[in-house]
Amino acid sequence: MIRSHVLICGGTGCTSSGSAKLHTRLEEEIKAKGLENEVKVVQTGCFGLCALGPIMIVYPDGTFYSMVKEEDLPEIVEEHLLKGRPVERLVYKDKAEGEEAAAEEHYSLNDTAFYKKQMRVALRNCGVIDPEIIDEYIAMDGYKALGKVLTEMTPEDVIQTMLDSGLRGRGGAGFPTGMKWKFARASQSDKKYVCCNADEGDPGAFMDRSVLEGDPHAVIEAMAIAAYAIGADQGYVYIRAEYPIAVKRLSIAIQQAREYGLLGKDIFGTGFNFDLDIRLGAGAFVCGEETALMTSIEGKRGEPRPRPPFPAVKGLFAQPTVLNNVETYANIPQIILKGVDWFRSIGTEKSKGTKVFALGGKITNTGLVEVPMGTPLRTIIEEIGGGIPNGKKFKAAQTGGPSGGCIPAEHLDVPIDYDNLIAIGSMMGSGGLIVMDEDNCMVDIAKFFLEFTVDESCGKCTPCRIGTRRLLEMLTKITDGKATLEDLDKMEELCYYIKENSLCGLGQTAPNPVLSTLKFFRDEYVAHIVDKTCPAGVCKNLLKYSVISDKCFGCGMCMRACPASAIYVTDYTAPGKKKPAVAIDTDKCVKCGACIGTCKFSAITKK
Amino acid sequence: MKTLAELEAIRERMKGKVAVREANDNTIRIVVGMATCGIAAGARPVLNAIAEEVSKQGLSETVTVTQTGCIGLCQYEPIVEVYQQGKEKVTYVKMDSEKAKKVIEDHIKGGKVVNDYTIGAYNPNL
Repeated sequence: MIRSHVLICGGTGCTSSGSAKLHTRLEEEIKAKGLENEVKVVQTGCFGLCALGPIMIVYPDGTFYSMVKEEDLPEIVEEHLLKGRPVERLVYKDKAEGEEAAAEEHYSLNDTAFYKKQMRVALRNCGVIDPEIIDEYIAMDGYKALGKVLTEMTPEDVIQTMLDSGLRGRGGAGFPTGMKWKFARASQSDKKYVCCNADEGDPGAFMDRSVLEGDPHAVIEAMAIAAYAIGADQGYVYIRAEYPIAVKRLSIAIQQAREYGLLGKDIFGTGFNFDLDIRLGAGAFVCGEETALMTSIEGKRGEPRPRPPFPAVKGLFAQPTVLNNVETYANIPQIILKGVDWFRSIGTEKSKGTKVFALGGKITNTGLVEVPMGTPLRTIIEEIGGGIPNGKKFKAAQTGGPSGGCIPAEHLDVPIDYDNLIAIGSMMGSGGLIVMDEDNCMVDIAKFFLEFTVDESCGKCTPCRIGTRRLLEMLTKITDGKATLEDLDKMEELCYYIKENSLCGLGQTAPNPVLSTLKFFRDEYVAHIVDKTCPAGVCKNLLKYSVISDKCFGCGMCMRACPASAIYVTDYTAPGKKKPAVAIDTDKCVKCGACIGTCKFSAITKK
Repeated sequence: MKTLAELEAIRERMKGKVAVREANDNTIRIVVGMATCGIAAGARPVLNAIAEEVSKQGLSETVTVTQTGCIGLCQYEPIVEVYQQGKEKVTYVKMDSEKAKKVIEDHIKGGKVVNDYTIGAYNPNL
């Protein structure tokens, strides 16, 4: 009789911090103590707190262990699983501000500040079920929605439900899902397709990967529902090959669904046929754009094409196609089961439901969070995210990756939804949320994203191919201290030109990081151009290292650390010091920062 | 699988197996003292009997079986405590697997505390 379940995260984050090995060792340890018939080890999807991996939860009490090491396992098995005493020193503690002693201990995951304000809809099974066992998904009401749709609802009912729910695409643009389905249903054709966009390319976003790793059946079920609604019988999941765990779990899930007859011919005896295949992407960012994605599935070079015709009319293999994002699909079975009113009760007026964000950058709790739409950024960063580490000050949050923009401190209280983010010059994007503190240079951030889009531009249209490159050159000119204020105006003009004339979403949104940093942090740009300084001390070419000679003890540590032999001894000995001070030869200095790291007297500055 | 009934059957079969992972405030919590003293006194078969009985009777969704450390009354081990919201905690002492089955039957299912096994019955002065 199994009385206790130990859940170990098998998401990519925890796998790379060693959870797979932990799993094997734990099972050995349990066996050694003769508990194998009482305690079961379950591999699950992502819990969300990736920064603290590997993560382990012991049920029924729900004790939450973080950063578990192999050598901790014998103690956990002996003390907790055998004797029922949680190992206190390994239990997760909220990082309370200030004293370590004041930190609160949390035995249950649900009590932590990280989880309390979250609402898990798309991620509801992630970290709860074993994604490789279809029965566990079924136990969590899995495939019940599909059964209901096939036996009780007409395709029109399903589409109306989607329209009424107000569900909008979670991939970035926020187009109403029901509308897409309605158009695809209305298109006449004897062959239609349902596709899933799992080509998650934004730097810093990984919610789609986590859903596929933690709850792949939810996506399969939702795609079957979509197929029924529009009249399709074949589906494709386009997923990047860089997600090996997600691909493996999805393949297993598809296989299991086929064995159970949940994919294939005559599902539930209703005469409805639907099958699903995986197509691997090679990792080009542009393939996340819908027309490029479908061209890639067709086996051609992944390049976008002009719209219209929209995919709902002429999509994959020139047939009507519905393409939704992974997270969008993960919401759908819940909407069918719990109803439109339930879903509409969550969120804001125009954005219903929840949104998953991938928290990254200068934040304590790096990981995955799901909150109702309309949650202020402040709640996500300060309460759920645990604030900014090392006592630094919040400067801005970047949403939407290379397509989005920055949100400065003055907009921290804006309720986050699709429309509010666009109003302040950013966008939801797929939900990457990168937090920046005072050590980040905003010009450098804009440059970073531009470098990404320049690399990823497919080159089909000129505004994007050449425009983004020119834009990057201008930014480089600024960070090198060679630009004039006139360049700033030219740059802005170029941004609008690229936005208006590019063929697809990649180019149309590529200038956003520049425009939004220009809007909120123009003074930083001006400082780079006029004063030739980088206020955050990031842009190397504008930095000058110097020694404060009155503070220097002449110990010579920095001279030994300098790889360029740029530090030399001067004739000056400061009052009260025994040895002469040193100085830096700026011509030789490579600005590596090694001297600052070794100086015990804070006598070296960079400005 | 060709029918919804088959799907429902799998769900029913599996539900009890994953219910252990759901934290529900309305559940009855049965806590078994599993410190060294408890184990030495025979808490392990008691715990197993309770877990088995709960599952057998189909109570997995409303009853959580868990363990705890030393309660401090080592001489009365194995100790089993039943927590139910809005009701006073019931402490059973000197349990064995037969007694445990009776507790599940009478108390958890029937709602009637098995007075004979409670700590009050053993030592009214405590």
